[in-house]
Amino acid sequence: MFRWVELLKKTLLVGALMGLSGVASAGDGLVFGYGTAISPGELAGWDISINQVGEELPEGVTTPEEGENLYLMRCAQCHGEFGEAVGRWPVLASPGAEETLATLEPIKTVGSYWPYATTLFSYIRRAMPFYEPQSLSAEETYAITAYVLHLNDLLEYDEELNREKLISMEMPNQGNFIPDNRPDTQNAACMSGCPEMKALPVIR
Amino acid sequence: MKEIRPEVEQQIEQDYAEMMDRRKFFKRTLVTGGALAAGATSALAEAQTANLPPNIPRWSRYLGPGVTSRGYGQPSEFEAHVKRGNVSWLTASPNSSISFTPLQHLHGIITPNGLHFERHHGGMPSISPEEHRLVIHGGQDENGKDLLSRPLMFTMDDLQRFPSESRIHFIECPANSGMEWKGVQMSSVQFTHGMISCCEWTGVKVSTLLQEAGIDPEFVKQALYAKDKTHQELADEGKDAANGAWCLAEGADAGAMDRSIPLWKLLDDAMIVYAQNGEALRPEQGYPIRLLVPGFEGNMNIKWIRRLKLGIHPWRTREETSKYTDLLEDGQAREFTWMQDTNSVITSPSVGQKLEKPGRYELRGLAWTGRGTIRRVDVSLDGGRNWTTAELQSPVLSKCLTRFRMPFDWSPGQTMMLQSRAMDETGFVQPTLAQLRDARGVNSIYHKNAIYTWKLDEKGDLHNVQMG
Repeated sequence: MFRWVELLKKTLLVGALMGLSGVASAGDGLVFGYGTAISPGELAGWDISINQVGEELPEGVTTPEEGENLYLMRCAQCHGEFGEAVGRWPVLASPGAEETLATLEPIKTVGSYWPYATTLFSYIRRAMPFYEPQSLSAEETYAITAYVLHLNDLLEYDEELNREKLISMEMPNQGNFIPDNRPDTQNAACMSGCPEMKALPVIR
Repeated sequence: MKEIRPEVEQQIEQDYAEMMDRRKFFKRTLVTGGALAAGATSALAEAQTANLPPNIPRWSRYLGPGVTSRGYGQPSEFEAHVKRGNVSWLTASPNSSISFTPLQHLHGIITPNGLHFERHHGGMPSISPEEHRLVIHGGQDENGKDLLSRPLMFTMDDLQRFPSESRIHFIECPANSGMEWKGVQMSSVQFTHGMISCCEWTGVKVSTLLQEAGIDPEFVKQALYAKDKTHQELADEGKDAANGAWCLAEGADAGAMDRSIPLWKLLDDAMIVYAQNGEALRPEQGYPIRLLVPGFEGNMNIKWIRRLKLGIHPWRTREETSKYTDLLEDGQAREFTWMQDTNSVITSPSVGQKLEKPGRYELRGLAWTGRGTIRRVDVSLDGGRNWTTAELQSPVLSKCLTRFRMPFDWSPGQTMMLQSRAMDETGFVQPTLAQLRDARGVNSIYHKNAIYTWKLDEKGDLHNVQMG
């Protein structure tokens, strides 16, 4: 059972903080009592996002070597044998890609662009392979993650990857993400006799 | 009630078939154009005049189908060309792709449900509401204290029992217009600006659900601290973009699409919605439920939502790191660029259309901003030398499409450069493409809210050109 008095205090406080006058004065003040409690066991299957400190990441030990065949069987048909991508599917690895970000043809690979290695595990587990998502076990996900890191020269072929290593791995481009500093333009909203606009060049 | 005689029914069907044949013929001749045989010309003339005065139109002479002949109504068959479209070269697969709303064919501020643009990351699931759940749970703060005290699981019926709210908001993909940073590529406003739609959404406020789940009041306080700060101000204080008060939102689709949302936004005006424009959400928009974060990037409005989780760190999901970060000219990239900027476009007349006759026209367009309401829209007919403030059509609502219109005159032989420029309630003015290129380069993909120019040439044809 709920501890009603404590709950009432909490509810009113939250309501006030949120500026939710409607809730506090709705007459029911308390929680509605809808929904059911969810247990840790029920949550386990769904709690698959991994935060930037890796809290939700399961334990695992693997090497790129263990992931090679899996990658070739489950990933290479779209991403290419070396992560170079087939057609318009995403490129995972490309030699020298880190040098392209400030050019007119940037190549955003895991190694050149992705700021967190844990994102790789989280994304592969939830969304890959594209045609059969959430079909990989945690072990398989680890192994493929290791192999993709290897394709990006971030892990030796026989180097061990485990939970701690994946969390602490510093990705080369991590320092290049900056806060949203918009608005970054200032248009004076001139109304008459304004400076002539020119035809803009096509950039190739 | 008198029953329709079989021969009349037969006549209706026959007429209908003939009408459709004529229509096909009419369309064909329009498409092929060029020299028409004399017989074809007269047939076309007949098709065009048979139902005009003084003749009695065919449809006035026979009974039409009765009520419920179509249990769920559809647009007139003569509007079949008004539909969503996609750009096949844009993505590797239609399952992770986008379709565009045909803005040039729409009126008012509401997007019909069947024309709302689509963005799927793992295709469109078919979800039984009986088997779908929304889970709300949370992690702990640095001291191991739970961020919420009652992890809960809601059925769709549970959610509809809560106090409901209906609001009209746009949803826009941040990649809208994103194919034209380097130059012109698109030949209709559907494809330059059609990654935006606007509906009346009905659901329950997320703040209500978080309260139900016993969110820690201290955590609420921490979240709200970030509401009126810029990301730079927070960074200068050594804090992340949400002041360490985050919430993961995750879908039940094949992409299990997930984004980290700043908690203040969820407390401010976010909703879990189950209806759009008065009916249940369409599967394309997240049936049975989606998250609505008004004014924020479209993909943060997680469709088919199954889970909200509070946390003190962002999750750095693929869709907020590898994608939906804005690469700048120097190789740095902006992250967590949530706000959809102030923007506008002229939808009529617009690229791909043609003015046939001289005289007065009404220029019409749409303006919008994630920052609140549109204060003003100015229109130029001469490529930005002179501007006139257009009339805003009421209602002008927050984070909602706003219609503007302005009469103008055109005659064959005249060339015009049509532009619109929106100003929002904060006084921010929509930039030129030159200003955006100066500030960001051309690799950003996202958040391109540049002033567009439609060149109306001396023959009345409209073209997409870039000025700035």
